Amino acid sequence: MKSNPKEPHQSAPVEDVAAPKRSRLQESWRLFKRNKLAFAGLTIFLLFSATAITGFLLTSRIQIGFEVLGIDIKIAIVSDPIFDPALVRLQEKLRPPLARPNLEALSPEELPTLGLYLFGTDDLGRDVFSRMLQGAWVSLTVGFVAVGIAVIIGIIMGGISGYFGQKHVQLDHILFLILLHAGIVLLLLWIRPLWAAFLGAGVWGIILCFTWKYVWKRRSLPGWLSILHIDTVSIDTLIMRFVDIMLCFPSFFLILTVVALLPASIYNIMIVIGLTSWMGATRFVRAEFLSLREQDFVTAARALGVSDWRIIFRHMIPNAIAPVLVSATIGIASAILTEAGLSFLGFGVPPPHATWGNILSDGKRFIFDAPWLTFIPGVAILVVVLAFNLFGEGLRDILNPKLRERY
Amino acid sequence: MLSFIGRSIIQKIITLFFVSIVSFLVIHLAPGEPSQVDPLNPKFTPEMVERFRKEFHLDKPLYIQYLYFYSDLFTGKTISWKDNQPVLKKIWERFKNSLWLFIVGTILTWTLSFPIGIRSALSRGSVYDRSATFFSYLLISIPGFFFAYILIIFVVTRFHVPVIGMDTFGMGDASLPRWFMDRVWHLLIPSVLGATAGIAVLSRYVRSQMLEVEGQDYVRTARAKGLPEEQVHYKHALRNALLPFVTMFGLILPGLIGGSVIIESIFAWPGMGRMAYEAILARDYPIILTVNFISAVLVLIGTFISDVLYMVVDPRIRL
Repeated sequence: MKSNPKEPHQSAPVEDVAAPKRSRLQESWRLFKRNKLAFAGLTIFLLFSATAITGFLLTSRIQIGFEVLGIDIKIAIVSDPIFDPALVRLQEKLRPPLARPNLEALSPEELPTLGLYLFGTDDLGRDVFSRMLQGAWVSLTVGFVAVGIAVIIGIIMGGISGYFGQKHVQLDHILFLILLHAGIVLLLLWIRPLWAAFLGAGVWGIILCFTWKYVWKRRSLPGWLSILHIDTVSIDTLIMRFVDIMLCFPSFFLILTVVALLPASIYNIMIVIGLTSWMGATRFVRAEFLSLREQDFVTAARALGVSDWRIIFRHMIPNAIAPVLVSATIGIASAILTEAGLSFLGFGVPPPHATWGNILSDGKRFIFDAPWLTFIPGVAILVVVLAFNLFGEGLRDILNPKLRERY
Repeated sequence: MLSFIGRSIIQKIITLFFVSIVSFLVIHLAPGEPSQVDPLNPKFTPEMVERFRKEFHLDKPLYIQYLYFYSDLFTGKTISWKDNQPVLKKIWERFKNSLWLFIVGTILTWTLSFPIGIRSALSRGSVYDRSATFFSYLLISIPGFFFAYILIIFVVTRFHVPVIGMDTFGMGDASLPRWFMDRVWHLLIPSVLGATAGIAVLSRYVRSQMLEVEGQDYVRTARAKGLPEEQVHYKHALRNALLPFVTMFGLILPGLIGGSVIIESIFAWPGMGRMAYEAILARDYPIILTVNFISAVLVLIGTFISDVLYMVVDPRIRL
């Protein structure tokens, strides 16, 4: 190692010179900065988040107030958004980017905030820049919330499958779960007296199972009842078969079906994308947990009497999180793409609200007259998705110890 | 081997059963009813709705509807709610159109990504490798619909050929070569679009696989023996790097159905994806469920083929 010229002690003791003292985080950061593409990805990602948040603030109606006992109390400012994405100026339609507004044709409150149309206007004369700002927030939240849901489900399912996987589901559990689900289905179908009976039987049965196990400490059941404690399938098999089932659905088609049948709302899209993309995270977490639970530090923790949940949350998840983080970053990219595709097809956020997908979809009719309506949102989606992909791949390289020596 | 095949077939049938239940529930428990698809239509009197519900067993409880639907499906009697056409016949007609896109797209993917990936791996760290990496990320990240419009603008302004639809209207009496070229142009653009993401992903995978094999001891041994570089790369390294890709042949099967919704709607291509999209809009449950079922079958057959191929190709694998 080269000695640092600024260091005051040139002839330092041997152990001072020997090892550069860097924490794992600093080391990762150092490696990360060398990967130019990934670094660019991170920069764009931060810029995009900042833009989306400011965009959300600038394009929404600011209203300070609160609600008491169902009565709306507005204490202050109800101001129009600073950049109004919904303001229609029919006399100013399809103006190219950087065009100056036609001052005679517009009333003062219709003038664009920046004094010019930075990204042009669309076929209704709405300012594309404001609409892009508004859409950025949609892309950001869809990406993060959908992936957040997927990762949480993935960690829970993968964790249970990897940690408690060897345990078997007993016949009584299945019995009561079937009762519970029958109750839920009947509730949905609204078959009056039956659903309450089934639901009640299911819930009480499960409570009974747990009290049997923890309160009475596994007393053996009398005679014929012990048939209920026969082990059937392991939890691991159960969860992984469920993952297989979910993987059988063509994902975009499934998302499209569900979103089309549900009422149009951005939250539905987030939830549906999240609920259909947790399988990868589950598999990663399970694989990591299976290898981690055999390691010595877990055995040591167990020997100390640490509880299962503490082992999982304090000791195993921090070690298993790296591949999940990488797949989450790339998952955000694909969630943004999926949302853009859905709003391109006309699903998702109801019309006056702008998303990058529906700006492009509205603009495609004018592709030869007003190419900016296609290219600005298209390039924006491309850049953001690319940034997430590059960042994710960079993260993967850094977190993979096998590739570290390369640098 | 036989026991593995038997076991996995049973397992897959069970999976398929659950898939059929889940897809049925998802569709039927969603808010709204197919009988209310057009409440503003004056012809849709309450009696009509009632007749409609009776006709398609919508007044029965869910599990009876489930049994009706799948027994109809297996005897081939399912009919579309929209136009009373047999579903399987409709799907088969659209399937033939989609098949062309699929075949051309797959050929493009598999013929282009291997040379690109291998060259990237052999010249690792070079300008070529880096730009190939960057371009593959670019192609993964570009939204398909945006790329479609770029390609349409490019082709239409540059070559002056129409690209929307399966063929140009009124080309029936044109000479054979012109008719053929027209079809080729119409087919090429959507297939290229369908193949881009595949090319990008597969070439990255080929590269990493090739790099891994190039670092193995037997490659060093081959080089130490004094074999020419070509032989080392293409005989010793490539052959072993190809192993995982044999199994991927099975996994491309599901691509027959999924993933083409957006491209087919942009190009007005009368394929499966577009039919499914239209069926979703019209709440034509039999078509949605049948397409879903077929694609689940394809996924399961695909994984099965890939497992078997893996065992055949790599004798070390014992499942």
